[in-house]
Amino acid sequence: MLHRRLWMVLAVLLTAALVLAACPAPAAPGGQEAAPEAQEAAPAQETAPEEEAPAAEEEVIEIEYWQYNFEARVKAMDKLIEMFQAENPNIRVIHNADIPYAEFRDKIAASVPAGVGPDVVTLFYGWQVAWIDAGYLVPLPEDEFPIRMVEEQFSPMVRASIWDGKLWTLPTAVRTLALFYNKDLMAQAGLDPESPPRTLDELREMAVQCTQRDDQGNFLVQGFVVEPAAQDHHWFREVLVRQFGGQPYSDDYRQVMYNSDAGKEAWRYLVSFRTELETGDKDLFDGSTNAFLAGKVCFHVDGSFRLGTIANKAPDLNFGVAELPEYNGIKSTFGSYWTHGITKKAAADPKRMEAAVKFLKFITSPEAGALWVREVGELPAQIEAGSDPELLADPKLGAFARGLEYAHATFFVDESKQRQVLIDAFDNVVLAEMDPDEALEIAAEEEQAVLDEFWGDR
Amino acid sequence: MAVETRVERTLELADRVVSAPGRGRGLTWSSALAYVLLSLGAVAMVTPFIWMLLTSLKPPPEMVQFSFLPQNPTLENYVRVLQTANFGRWYLNSIIVAIISTTSVVFFDALAGYTLNKFRFPGKELIFIGMLGTLMVPTEMLIIPWYTMSVQWGWHQGLAQYWGIAFPGVITAAGIFLMRQFFDGVPNELLDAARIDGMSEFGIWWSIALPLVRPAIAALAIFNFIGNWNAYIWPLIIASGREYYTLPVGLSFFRGESTTEWEKIMTAASLASVPLLTVFLVFQRQIIKGIALTGLKG
Amino acid sequence: MRLTLHQRQVLWAYIFLAIPVLFFVVIRWYPTLLAFNISFRDWNVFEASGPWVGLEHYRQIGEELFKPRSAVRAAFWNTIRYVVYGVPSQLVLGLAIALMMNHIRRFVTLYRVAYFAPYVTSAVAVAFVWNWLYQPQTGLINQVLSALGLPNQPFTKSPQQALQSITAVAVWQNLGFAVIIFLAGLQQIPEMYYEAARIDGATPWQLFRHITLPLLNPVIVYLTVLGTISYLRMFALVQNMSPQGTGGPLKSTTTVVLEVYREGFSSYNMGFAAALTVILFLLILLITIVQLRFLSQRVEY
Repeated sequence: MLHRRLWMVLAVLLTAALVLAACPAPAAPGGQEAAPEAQEAAPAQETAPEEEAPAAEEEVIEIEYWQYNFEARVKAMDKLIEMFQAENPNIRVIHNADIPYAEFRDKIAASVPAGVGPDVVTLFYGWQVAWIDAGYLVPLPEDEFPIRMVEEQFSPMVRASIWDGKLWTLPTAVRTLALFYNKDLMAQAGLDPESPPRTLDELREMAVQCTQRDDQGNFLVQGFVVEPAAQDHHWFREVLVRQFGGQPYSDDYRQVMYNSDAGKEAWRYLVSFRTELETGDKDLFDGSTNAFLAGKVCFHVDGSFRLGTIANKAPDLNFGVAELPEYNGIKSTFGSYWTHGITKKAAADPKRMEAAVKFLKFITSPEAGALWVREVGELPAQIEAGSDPELLADPKLGAFARGLEYAHATFFVDESKQRQVLIDAFDNVVLAEMDPDEALEIAAEEEQAVLDEFWGDR
Repeated sequence: MAVETRVERTLELADRVVSAPGRGRGLTWSSALAYVLLSLGAVAMVTPFIWMLLTSLKPPPEMVQFSFLPQNPTLENYVRVLQTANFGRWYLNSIIVAIISTTSVVFFDALAGYTLNKFRFPGKELIFIGMLGTLMVPTEMLIIPWYTMSVQWGWHQGLAQYWGIAFPGVITAAGIFLMRQFFDGVPNELLDAARIDGMSEFGIWWSIALPLVRPAIAALAIFNFIGNWNAYIWPLIIASGREYYTLPVGLSFFRGESTTEWEKIMTAASLASVPLLTVFLVFQRQIIKGIALTGLKG
Repeated sequence: MRLTLHQRQVLWAYIFLAIPVLFFVVIRWYPTLLAFNISFRDWNVFEASGPWVGLEHYRQIGEELFKPRSAVRAAFWNTIRYVVYGVPSQLVLGLAIALMMNHIRRFVTLYRVAYFAPYVTSAVAVAFVWNWLYQPQTGLINQVLSALGLPNQPFTKSPQQALQSITAVAVWQNLGFAVIIFLAGLQQIPEMYYEAARIDGATPWQLFRHITLPLLNPVIVYLTVLGTISYLRMFALVQNMSPQGTGGPLKSTTTVVLEVYREGFSSYNMGFAAALTVILFLLILLITIVQLRFLSQRVEY
């Protein structure tokens, strides 16, 4: 009885699955099932006929390129690969972008001892040092990618890619932070929706004015919500500390310096939104970002990548984007980027290395950057493309683009731990009622320990 | 099928009459209390499940509102998820892997559990603890060596990937332990009698011992199927690309660096739970009062 | 040569166990021993190998255990609390529900499905749903509390309540498992024992105490040992439910396995992560052996 039942269930499930599998999936690439890798390289196969002649004479070099899955990036890269292969018929690029963001590093880690994996790889710039440290990345060849070129042609934040006197990676596009503001809520609070806060003091005043509570004291509208785990730890380090006259780290990023008097003042400014002004609470409405999307927050510091989220989840949100508020006449923003490197797997074979270098050059060109802005909505990494008047005039992207010239990218040695210390510092103030200065001192001490552990080996 | 069900019902009814003489009289105060308590608990158990289903009916802009019921319920999410490239394929992959693993687990775990309970031999304790020991290492530490093995043996590409995804779970220590515990209730005299009758050891296991632990086998099958269905990190590491993803791995496509499309995840998760509930409904009927007893009497 | 009955039994035992033992040695123990080896090395996870550093990582862990605010220290401490809260709740609730289900005659399947529903729900969906239920101010639970005039609770947002809140979800999710195993166990108890005792005038409590409980011993041992192991390995739920999956707020929910994962894959410090794994392994092994020794009783039928 048991067995017959079992077979019956299996049969039903299998039939159901087969029916489902047989449904034409509109977005499915290709259609054959046998060779997934061949499918991913579909653009190469489609253009094959014209290239048969050179391919016959010359050996086709196959290189593998990996990035995490993000639809717009995948499509943009597919286009770039197609263009690249048209120019270089003897190189085939296998594009693996089926890896979820959260497990991207796990997947690469598993590929290392197995001797497989990418030749060219896209990584968050904050991971770079650890990857170099492991010997996973190789320096970009000096003759093809002179450091001078980076200094002259790329946004200054890209200097975070230089380490140990060598250039290790290059990005196609970069991101900066800016201030999002909800126009409807501003108007509701009697503020002019077309003049968002331009200084930190104005941000404070307007945030207080914008905050609304019901009879029981529950928030209806939050003026400004501090959430260090989102973008506010960056905002503190690279923006507020500098604006209050301090420096987040020593110039070589080996020494934590945000626990200076200026840094503490900046920190108190940040936490005051939660403790004194009570303009918002990150634990409400599922975090500051979602609360902004829900139309319950007036002002919000976030990155250019958020524009896509808003378009999808809150298409009716009436919002604007301004440059981050300045203070003491100082403008600053945090910049970050996903960057491309060449692995030791490519370097092991001169032919592959040559192909990888060609490919990297292609995807970091100004043309690639321009395509990226159109397809993904990120800012071009090259200054020339970033100062395009059309881009600067864009009502949404313009504020981010104007930040390019004064953006700083923190040089992280262990991004997740360095972020964690500031999250904990904020929680210590709010949840454990610790004195803000003491909480910041603890954060500085813990972060210094992380830096020392890294630099201690060198 | 109809006939079989009827026979089974008759058996079940007969069994009730035989095995529960005191309880046939209708509602006693104790069973009334049980109904009330169980119902209260059941509400707490299913509310989150219902919320998952309700969420799957919400259009994306409603995801940032905080209402329990969808204001403009829509099947749009289902259409979008079913149209997502490879969703059907992920379903099929999950079923193939769960079937490979569950078939193997039921056979080997029951055999090993039986041996570890009913036989006396040198090294028994060591083997048992050695098997349990494999439960004490987090999977996250094993994925890198497993991947290296799979590449060496070619299980990381093509159809071999189904085996690649399934192999770490084709025999499980938890299942062996479960079966070992349940074979405790099978009387040794019965097995000895069969030996005296000249039955083979394999035959004794297969036709005498196994039917007596049917409830436990049903439970093992259910749990193993579900465990495989929900496995995430290993299938993700071994699969070469989306064609070979299982459902939970495919779900990750709706989670991004800066956004998560929760309404799609809830939709896909709702669709994914259907086969599990089916498997549960079918197997849980094996866990019926009195079956073991009937077996013993026969 | 003729084998004695006992020798034949031994031979059959080895034949039956050959494939499982081979499987566990190659697929489970070999990678485990590799991990043990890594714990003596300084291994960035993106390297093929790393230099031998002996007991260095163990020394570091020892140091961490005495540091205030250390994530490792919090992880061990929290992990034990998860076990202490989770395992007994799961056992007692599971047994109570199974007994009640065994007692009733109608809608049995309906109740089983209801109590099993959480177990078939995917982990990410569970985390999402509970995060929503636990929301301050807007969450369903707090709305109910407000309606009853009770104060709102922060649940996962507070270092004091977060661990208990996550444990509750774990119990909620695994209850179906315990119930089904208990139900299967109850089916194995021959009804005639109860009949005989009833004829002797035993009370329901005596029936439970002297028949049900002793005969359920193998099942209780199983659920205790396996439950303890799974709570000691607590990971996915914490990763999905704590803020940013980091085991917060203020390290109040982090676990050993979460730290293994974070050290190994976010901080690329696989050697340290492996050393943590070894210590966790030894801890689980010790607890399991003690439980098996003291809980298992031979039942004479």
